[in-house]
Amino acid sequence: MTCLPVTTEKKLGLAIDLDTCVGCQACVTACKGWNDQGYGVPLSDQNPYGADPSGVFLNRVHSYAVQPVDATAQTINFPRSCLHCEAAPCVTVCPTGASYKRAEDGIVLVNEDACIGCGLCAWACPYGARELDQAAGVMKKCTLCVDRIYNENLPEEDREPACVRGCPTGARHFGDFADPDSKVSQLAAARGGFALMPDMGTKPVNRYLPPRKKDQRHEASVLAPLLDIKATGFAGWLDRVLGKI
Amino acid sequence: MHPAPSVILFSVLSGAGFGLLAYLGLGVVTPAGWVAFWWWGLGYGLAVIGLLASTFHLGNPQRAWRAFTQWRSSWLSREAWASVATLLLLAPVALSDWLGLGWPRGLGMVGAALALLTVFTTSMIYTQIKAVPRWHHWITPMMFLGFAIAGGAVLAGQVWAWAVLIVLAGILAAVWKIGDGQFGRAAQTLGTATGLGVIGEVTVFEQAHTAGNYLLREMIFVVGRKHADTLRRLTLIFAVLLPALLVTALPTFVGFGLAAVSHLIGALAARWLFFAEAEHVVGLYYGKR
Repeated sequence: MTCLPVTTEKKLGLAIDLDTCVGCQACVTACKGWNDQGYGVPLSDQNPYGADPSGVFLNRVHSYAVQPVDATAQTINFPRSCLHCEAAPCVTVCPTGASYKRAEDGIVLVNEDACIGCGLCAWACPYGARELDQAAGVMKKCTLCVDRIYNENLPEEDREPACVRGCPTGARHFGDFADPDSKVSQLAAARGGFALMPDMGTKPVNRYLPPRKKDQRHEASVLAPLLDIKATGFAGWLDRVLGKI
Repeated sequence: MHPAPSVILFSVLSGAGFGLLAYLGLGVVTPAGWVAFWWWGLGYGLAVIGLLASTFHLGNPQRAWRAFTQWRSSWLSREAWASVATLLLLAPVALSDWLGLGWPRGLGMVGAALALLTVFTTSMIYTQIKAVPRWHHWITPMMFLGFAIAGGAVLAGQVWAWAVLIVLAGILAAVWKIGDGQFGRAAQTLGTATGLGVIGEVTVFEQAHTAGNYLLREMIFVVGRKHADTLRRLTLIFAVLLPALLVTALPTFVGFGLAAVSHLIGALAARWLFFAEAEHVVGLYYGKR
C-alpha cells in the first residue's frame, strides 16, 4: 500500500561520517556485490566491458571540493544512497503499491513483482536514490540490506548492511534513530548530524556527520620557532653589514 | 528531465482527445449518423492511442492493470481510473449520437467533467513532484487544461476556438515566465544538497562514476535546452497563431483539419520543452543542472 505509515516502531537508517570517509568506494562495491545475489533481481550492467558501460548501483560516492572563505580547501567524499525518508515522496506517487515503507522499521522497499517500471518514484526522489534496472524493468533501491540485518543464518557481526560491514574506515554506522540511546542517535547528536535538503519536506532518517573542524594554517606551524634563525659570529656580522647597504 | 517520445505523445494526444470528448459530451456539437461515428471516434482514438502510448515507456507493461490499485495516494492511479471512467461513461452518449437514439444528455455532462478531470490528474502527476521545481506550480495544471480545452475546441470545429487559443497563449507565456524562476525559488544548491554549504563554496571535485547511469539519462537531460527560445516561438506559431488564423479565415473541414494538425505540432513542441527544460534537483549532486 502506497500510503505512508503514520509512525514506524523503529527508524532504521545510516549515519555517514563525512570526516572519516576516504572515498575508497568499498561501500559501493560491497553493496553491488551483496545486492547482486540477494533481495530481488540482480543489479544488471549493460555493456560492462564496452565503450559505454552502464549499470545499477544503490550507492554512489561523490567527491566535492569545499572552499571556506578564510581557510584552505577541503576534499570531502560524499556517499549518496536512500535516506529512508519518513515522508518518502517515492512511496506515495507509486500507482501500483510496489513502493512501500515498512511500519515496523521504516525501511523503504520495492515489491518487484508489482513494479511496472514507470519510473515515477525515481522522479519523486530528490536524492537520486532509485535507479531502474534496464534488464528487468523494475526499480531498484537500497533495502538497508533487509536480507542481512534480520538474517539469523549469518554470524551476528554480519547482520548489518553490506556497505557498513565493508567500510574500512568505519565511516558508516547502522542503527535505530527512533531510539535516542542508539549508537547512531548518539553520534548524530554529538557530531551535529544533518539531513539533506530538509526543505524538500521528505524528513530523511539518515544523518550525515559533518567533517570535524580543521586546523587553521597559522595554528599549524609547529616548526615556526626553528625557522626563525638568528645568525651569529661572522655570518651575523655579514648579515648586519649587508642589511645596511 | 528526459523527454521520452512515448510520454510526450501520450499526454498531447490524450489531452486533445479528452478535450474533444468534453465538447462532444457537453453537446457543443451534436453530430448525427456516421459523422457522429467518426467525430466521436476521433476523440476516442486520440484518447486511447495516448493511453496505449503511455504504456510503451513501462519496464513491465503486462502489469499495467496494477496501476488501478493506489487511487488513494497516487495521481497516476487516479488518472487511470478517471480516463477509463470517462471513456465508459461517454460511450452511451456516443452511441446515442451515432444511432440517433435520442438518449438524454445528462451522462454527457458528467462525462465532460470527467474528461477534464482526467487531464487534471495527468497534470498532477508532474505538478506533485517537488524535486522538479519547474513543474511544482499551479500553472502546470492550467497549461494541461488549456491545451485540452483549446485543442478540443479546434477539433470540435468551433470558430470561437481562436479566443480559447489566445487564452492558451497567455497561459504559455505565464508557464515560461514562472517556470524560468522556479529553480531559483526552490533555493536548492550543491551546498544544500550535500549540506556542505555551511563550510564554504562546494564544487564537484570528481564525479561518482565515469560512465553514464539511469539518473543522468533520465533526470539530468541537458541537450537541446539552448534551442528553448526558438521552440517557444515555434510553439506559439504552430499551437496558437496558425490555428487561430485558420479557424477564422477558413472555417471549413479542411481549415479545421489543418488547424488541428498545426495545433498538435505546436503542442508536441511545447510538451517536449516541458520535459527538456525541467531540471531535477538530483542534477546538483553531479554539478549539472
